[in-house]
Parts: sequence; structure tokens; C-alpha cells
Amino acid sequence: MTAPPGDWGGGTPPPGDRAGGTAPAGDTAAAAPALALRGVSRHFGALRAVDAVDLSVSAGARHGLIGPNGAGKSTLFRLIAGTLRVSAGTIWLGEQDITGQREYVRARWGISQTLQHSSLFLPLTVEQNAMLAAQRRHGSPGSPWPRRQPVARDRVAELLEAVGLTGRATVTAGELSHGERRQLEIALALACEPRLLLLDEPAAGMSAAEGERLVELIEALPASVTVLIVEHDLDVVFQLASAITVLHLGQVLLTGSPSDVRESAAVREAYLGTADREELFVAPDGA
Amino acid sequence: MRPSPGVLLGAAVLVVLALVPLFVAPYETGILARILTFALLAVSLDLLVGITGLPSLGHAAYFGIGAYTAGWLSINVTSEAPVPLLAATAAGALAAAATGWLAVRSSGIFFLMLTLAIGELIFQLAQQWESVTGGSNGLYGIPAVRVAGSPLTEVGFVYWYLLAAFVLGYAVLQVVSASPFGAVLRGIRDNEPRMRSLGYSPFRYKLAAFVLAGAVAGLAGGMLAAQQRLVTTADLGFTTAALALLAVVIGGAGTLWGACLGAALVVLIRDALGPRLDGHGPLVLGLVFILAVYLLPRGFAGLAGLRVRRRRKQPA
Repeated sequence: MTAPPGDWGGGTPPPGDRAGGTAPAGDTAAAAPALALRGVSRHFGALRAVDAVDLSVSAGARHGLIGPNGAGKSTLFRLIAGTLRVSAGTIWLGEQDITGQREYVRARWGISQTLQHSSLFLPLTVEQNAMLAAQRRHGSPGSPWPRRQPVARDRVAELLEAVGLTGRATVTAGELSHGERRQLEIALALACEPRLLLLDEPAAGMSAAEGERLVELIEALPASVTVLIVEHDLDVVFQLASAITVLHLGQVLLTGSPSDVRESAAVREAYLGTADREELFVAPDGA
Repeated sequence: MRPSPGVLLGAAVLVVLALVPLFVAPYETGILARILTFALLAVSLDLLVGITGLPSLGHAAYFGIGAYTAGWLSINVTSEAPVPLLAATAAGALAAAATGWLAVRSSGIFFLMLTLAIGELIFQLAQQWESVTGGSNGLYGIPAVRVAGSPLTEVGFVYWYLLAAFVLGYAVLQVVSASPFGAVLRGIRDNEPRMRSLGYSPFRYKLAAFVLAGAVAGLAGGMLAAQQRLVTTADLGFTTAALALLAVVIGGAGTLWGACLGAALVVLIRDALGPRLDGHGPLVLGLVFILAVYLLPRGFAGLAGLRVRRRRKQPA
């Protein structure tokens, strides 16, 4: 089934990306990092939520992003996804400068995200939610004629199975529990077949068992998917991440391996030293 | 594959509607024809309000433009079926494309105000452009529709002509609503920012929906010209737009057949009941609206939804 003519978003191949959804990437990305930020800043009035951040995420990495409340993690995610525009700096996706691109273009080029607060289509069923994500890549989203879109449908079944929502396919998203909504968020993000997956606190509100399942799911992702993950649960981050960047007051404090981060005095101070000030500041990132 | 209950019910309703002129007096048939016309307007509006989540208060503009186009063409060029209806559809689509390009950039209350302004603008245009629209006198003396050269004068034949146009317009919207495109529109209605992050450009889809809704409203306008054989500025004014929105809300936004029921109720109260109440029809409409909002937040269609949900909850 081919996508209809016109720019309806269906099957748009991201530049330099694989044509299909499953073929391994990385042949061109071997040289350039999957994602690179150079001097990225975002100011809200006098508040420097993100301040001259340099970040390089190598292709296929599981990169953790941690920091105390208000460090600018969620803002940084929104800058990468294109929900927010940068005040200064450039963002590269592979070899492509995406700084000026709109959010939906970035999504088509392979950036996919789960939001800190679930953002779903509540009146629609779980299956319809996932289909919306899957049909853009695997179906014919602009078709005004009813279609079964079997490829997208199969992909949805597969993803719902993977996140553990198969039995809930015909329930509306509004009826799901908090943890289930998080799972559906992840199914939606994966249905876009991302090459860069941004996970903003994916385990928040999940039970221990659900959290474990999530870790397994992320570990099982092919190497063609680069993952950047913000997570409060440091156990999850240390378990998953091959590299960790610590953000503090909008700036990069440290980038290193999990053991580097664990042993860093500066990190400990950032976390502990601001413990009582945390409550004073309203986190700019989605609080 | 066995046809679903909905399809069977639809077919049954269609058969009954088709048989009406054989058993019902011309006056009542005429009212039913008016209901069909208004219902198609309401259904086209429902594509915007209920499915795409764009509440429009200016939708009568495209209805009126279709009506004037069909009427003017019938007087000055030809009233041969289905030329006036096709021209009305095209005119509605063109007008919607020209104005929607601006309107769909907004949403929510801003969209409502913008469409209201566009509707008023087109209303003023119709008032002023007397050489074409007849100004406040209206466009009168529209000849009867002709089929193969002979005019359709019998109420029943006109009714069938309108029924055919209604079924066509309704079917188009029903098909689109069930398509992947329709699914995207619902996605935009429920969470537009998320659609963007999934890689959709909502503008394109909203504009396409707006143009389609304008085209079908134009078709309904063409039906009005054929049935009433008189088009006035009231047909594209605020009152018509508001009544259409009322019909959609009463019927249950988001379900096309619900909008038809809402339209039927509005026309019955306005045209059949209103004259018997010394012109207090609008008052009754207001009461019905308040009751509908309080008792049936999802309209008539919500009643059917309740039944389905109850059935679903029972163990399979």
C-alpha cells in the first residue's frame, strides 16, 4: 500500500534514515552522533531554564539525563522535540541541522517522545490511539477512503503486546490507570518508529513490576533506536544508561559513565545541596 | 461478512424516506424535504464541530453561497439537474478554501469568533451585491429543476431529487469519517499538540475538513434553492448558522446521524410547531437546547452510546 500523493505525513522518509521501520541504521550515523546540541539556551524572561547546553548522544546509545527539580530537563526535551524554540544554539539530528524545523517535521525525521504528563487521545480506544501513531508511518493517513491498513494494524498489535496492553485494546484511553497510560504513551512513541526516542520520566507512576517491564522493553529496542531518558528513579537510569548527563540549573554539570556520575562530588552536592531550596522554585519544566 | 446493525437500520430508514411521497401529503413531504436540506447542512457542520473539534458559527455562509449559486445559475443559465447542485457544491468548496485558509489557523473560541466574522462579512456582501443576490429582496423566481428538459413540478419528484442529493452528501461524509483521514481529524479534536508530536501537520487536515464541510454545505444550499425556489440573505445569516450548530449539539456532536435527528427537531419546531405557537418557536428551541445540554450532554446520539456501553460491560 503506497501513501497517497501530497504531504499528509504518511511514509515520509526522514533524510538519511532507513526506508523501512526495522532495518538497522547506523551506517551513516557511525561518524556523527545521533543527536548533538551546541550552545542550546532557552530563556523565559530572566530565567535561564536551559543555559548554553552542549550535548552529544552517540548513535544507539541509552543516554540518561538526570538532575534535581528545575534543572531544565523537560525544557531541554521540548527544545529537542521542537515543542519549544531555542533562544540560542543549534540542534543536530545526525547530520541534519533541525534547529529551525517545526515539531511535526522533526517527528517525521525520527524524533519521538513520551511526555512527562501523559498526553493521549482520551475519548479514543487504546487501539485507535496507537493506530493514529502507526498509520502515519505504516498506513495511509491522508486517505479519505476507509482502509484496513493491515501493516499498521499488525504493528499496533505487536506494540500493545510489548507494552502489555493487549487485553485493553478496546478500552478508551480515558479509562486506563495512570500506569497503563504511561505504557500506552510508550507504544505511541514506538509506533512512530523513531531513531531518537525521548523518554520523559517514563516510569513515573508505574508499579515496580510495570517499571521492570519498561526497562526490559527499552533494553530490547534495536540499536537503530537512540534513547535519551529523563528519569527520577536513579536505579532505572543506572540500570539502563550507558552514558549519563547531569543537568543543574540549566547547565551541564557532567557527562560520563554511570560510575563517573555515581562517584562525582559535584553531582552529590547538586542533589543534596539544593534539597531544601527545591521546594522554593517552581520547576519550569511542566510543574 | 454480515452487515452491521447500523447499516441495516440506515438502509431501512432510507427505504422509508424513499417511500414518503407515495403515502404522505405534499405539505408534509415539503417539510420533510426541508428537513433533509437542513440535515445535510447540520451533518456538514458536524464534520467540523463534532469530528474535527472546530465549532463554527459561520457555516451558513457556505450554505448560502451554494444556494445563491444554484439559484442564479438556474435563472440565468440552466436548471437542468444536476448542474445547479454541482455548481453549488463547487462554490461552497471554493468559498471555504478561501476563508478556511485563514480560519483554521485558530481554534476553540477564536475559531468561533473568526467564523462568525467571516459569516457576517459574507452576509453583508450578499446584502450589498444586489445585481446578483437581489439584496434584501432575495433571489426569487428560481425556475423548477429540469430533468431531461422537463421541469419537476410535483412535490414528490422534487423530494426524490433532494433525497438523492442528501444521500450522496451524507454518504461522502460517512465514508470520510470512517477513513484514516477521519481518524486523524478525531485525533486533532482530542489532542492537537500530540498529533503534531506524532508527525502530523494539523493545518492541512483541518483545511481539508473545512473545505469538505463547505462543499457539502454548498450542496445543501443547492438543495435549498431547488426546494424553496427563493434564496434570501437570512439563509446565510447568523440565525441559520446558529440553528445548524444547535442541531448538531442537540443531536450529539461527532455522530453524523445524530446531527440529522437534531436538524429534524429544529425544523419541526421552527416550521411545523412554531406557526401554531404564535411565532414562539424560537422560545421552544431555546428550552429544548437547555434541556438537551443538561439532560443529554452527548445529544440523542449519547442515548445510543449508553446502550452500547451497557452491552459491552456485560461479560462476553
